[in-house]
Amino acid sequence: MIMDTQPKIPSQGKTLANGHKSPTERPKPMGPGLGKMESKMAAQTARPTAKLPPPGEDTERAERIRERARTFIMPVIAIFFLCLFWEIYSSRAGVTLPGPIKTVTESWKLIAHPWFDNGPNDKGLGWHLLSSLQRVALGYSLAAVVGVFLGIVIGKSAMAFKAFDPIFQVLRTIPPLAWLPISLATFNQANPSAVFVIFITAIWPIIINTSVGIMRIPADYENVARVYQLKGSRYFFKVMLPSAAPYIFTGLRIAIGMAWLAIVAAEMLTGGVGIGFFIWDSWNSSRMSDIIVSVFYVGMVGLVLDRIMARIALLFGSIGD
Amino acid sequence: MSDPVAEKIAENEAKFVDISGVHKLFGSGKKRYHALAGVDLRIGKGEFVSIIGHSGCGKSTLLNLVAGLYLPTTGSVAVNGKEVTAPGLDRAVVFQSHSLLPWLSVLENVLVAVDSVYPDKPKEFRLAEAKRYVEMVHLGAHIHKKPPQLSGGMKQRVGIARAFAADPKVLLLDEPFGALDALTRGSMQDELTAIWEKNRKTVIMITHDVDEAVFLSDRIVLMSNGPAATIAKVVEVPIPRPRTREALLEDSHYLAIRKELLQYLIGTGHAAAA
Repeated sequence: MIMDTQPKIPSQGKTLANGHKSPTERPKPMGPGLGKMESKMAAQTARPTAKLPPPGEDTERAERIRERARTFIMPVIAIFFLCLFWEIYSSRAGVTLPGPIKTVTESWKLIAHPWFDNGPNDKGLGWHLLSSLQRVALGYSLAAVVGVFLGIVIGKSAMAFKAFDPIFQVLRTIPPLAWLPISLATFNQANPSAVFVIFITAIWPIIINTSVGIMRIPADYENVARVYQLKGSRYFFKVMLPSAAPYIFTGLRIAIGMAWLAIVAAEMLTGGVGIGFFIWDSWNSSRMSDIIVSVFYVGMVGLVLDRIMARIALLFGSIGD
Repeated sequence: MSDPVAEKIAENEAKFVDISGVHKLFGSGKKRYHALAGVDLRIGKGEFVSIIGHSGCGKSTLLNLVAGLYLPTTGSVAVNGKEVTAPGLDRAVVFQSHSLLPWLSVLENVLVAVDSVYPDKPKEFRLAEAKRYVEMVHLGAHIHKKPPQLSGGMKQRVGIARAFAADPKVLLLDEPFGALDALTRGSMQDELTAIWEKNRKTVIMITHDVDEAVFLSDRIVLMSNGPAATIAKVVEVPIPRPRTREALLEDSHYLAIRKELLQYLIGTGHAAAA
C-alpha cells in the first residue's frame, strides 16, 4: 500500500520491487493503528517536496545508486576478509579445520550437485534440506494452529493469562535439544520426536504474541463491537483477527526462525534423510568440509524462510493499514 | 384527552430517555471515584439535547450509561420504557475518536451496522441500504476507501453514517466534531442538522463548543464539575427551526443563551473551556 503512494518513476519502481526496504516501511506493531497511520501520512506529505526541484533529481538518483552500491559492495568486502582470515588460520600447522579453498574443492560434489541420489545413504544436499523442510513444515504448522488457538483462549481471559503466562515464560527458554530426550521417551520413534521438538520450540512465541495481540485489542473497537452487535464469527473475523494480526504474524515470524534452529538438533538422533542427520553423519566420518557446506546451506535456508515470513507478515500483518 | 392509550403514549414520549437517580462509581476502596451523583434527566422523543461541561465532569460517563457501555451503580436508565442493561442497536453511538475499523472500507464499516439490523435480508438489500447511508453523508465517491485514506471530517461522517444505518431510537454523539478544525466542524454541523431535520431522531450530544450546542440543540444540559458531578442547569433553546447560521446571529435568544452558557462555564472554573 505504501508503495502505491510513491511516485511511479520507472527506474524507481524496479528498485522498490527487488525487495529493498523503502524508507517509509511501517514500524513493527506497537499499538496497532496509530503508528502505522502516522508513517503513512509522512509518506504522503513527503511526496511533493521530493518531487519539487527537477534539477536536484539527478543528484538524488545518483546518491541512491551510490547508496545501493554500498549496500552490495560492503558485505562482499567483509566476506572477502573473513574468508582471508579463515584461510590464514586454517593453513597454520596443526589446525584440522579446512580453509575456504579446501572446503570448496573437497566438497565440490555437494555444492555442484544438490540433487544426486545414489540410494538411501548417499543423497544430495537438496534432498536432505527438503526432508528437513518437510519436518519443519509439519511441526511449524501444528505449532501455528495450536499456538494461535491457545493464544486466543488465553488472551480472551485475564485469569487464564495470569495462570499460564509464568509457565510459558519458563517453558519458552528451554533449548530445543533439552526437549529431545523427553520427546523420544514419549513417542519412542525418531521422526515424530523430531517433529515434536520443532513444534514445542516454535509454539511459545506464537502463543505469547497472539495472546498479547488479543489483549491489546483497542477498547474503541470493543465498544464498536458491543454497540453495533458484532458477535460470534463476525466479531472474530472483523474485529479480533485483524486487530491482533500484526502481533500474530510477529509471533509466527519469530517462530519460523526458532523452528529452523531446532531442526539440526532434532535430526541429530533421528537418522535417515535430513540436514541435521547429514551433519552428524559427516562428523562421524570426519568430513569437515561437508559440514561447513551444510552449515552454510542451513543458514541460507533459514534466511530465506525468515524473509518469506517477513513478507507474509507485511502482507497480512498490515491489514490494519 | 380522556383516551388512556393516547395519554400513555404521550407520557412515554415525554420521557423517551429516562435517567433517574443515577450514581456512578468507578473502582473500589481508596481508588474509588464518584463520577456521577444523582443525575435526573428526561428527554422527549425527537428532542436534540446537548450536554456541556468541563473536562472530567462525567459527560462521557453519562453518555456511556445511556449507551449501555456502563451500568449505573444505583438508579436507572431507561429508553422507550425499557431499562438499559447492555449496548444495543437502538442506541447508536458516534464515538469521539471515530472508531472505524481501519481494515474495512467505508462501505464495509457502514455494512457492519446494517448487517446487524437486517441479518436475514438478502445481501443485495443490505448493500443497497449501506450505500444509501454512505451517500447520505456525501461519501459516495469514497465508498471503497479505507479509513486511513480519509480526512478527519470524512471519517467522522462515516461514523455518523454507521450510526444512522443502525436505525437507532436514540443517537448518542460523543464530542463528534471535537477533533476537527473549525471550518470542517462548521460544515459537519450543517450536514448533521440537515440529516436530523429529515428524520428527527432523539439525539444526545456531548460537546465543548458553546456555539455548536446552541446551533443544534433544543435543550442544553450543563454539568457541574466532578468528582460527584451532576446536572447544574438545563437551558432551553427556543430558536425556531430550520436554523441557519446567518439567522442565528440576528436571533435575540442566541446571544442571551450564549452569554448564559459562557458565564456558567467561566464561573465554574477554567476559562479555557470557552
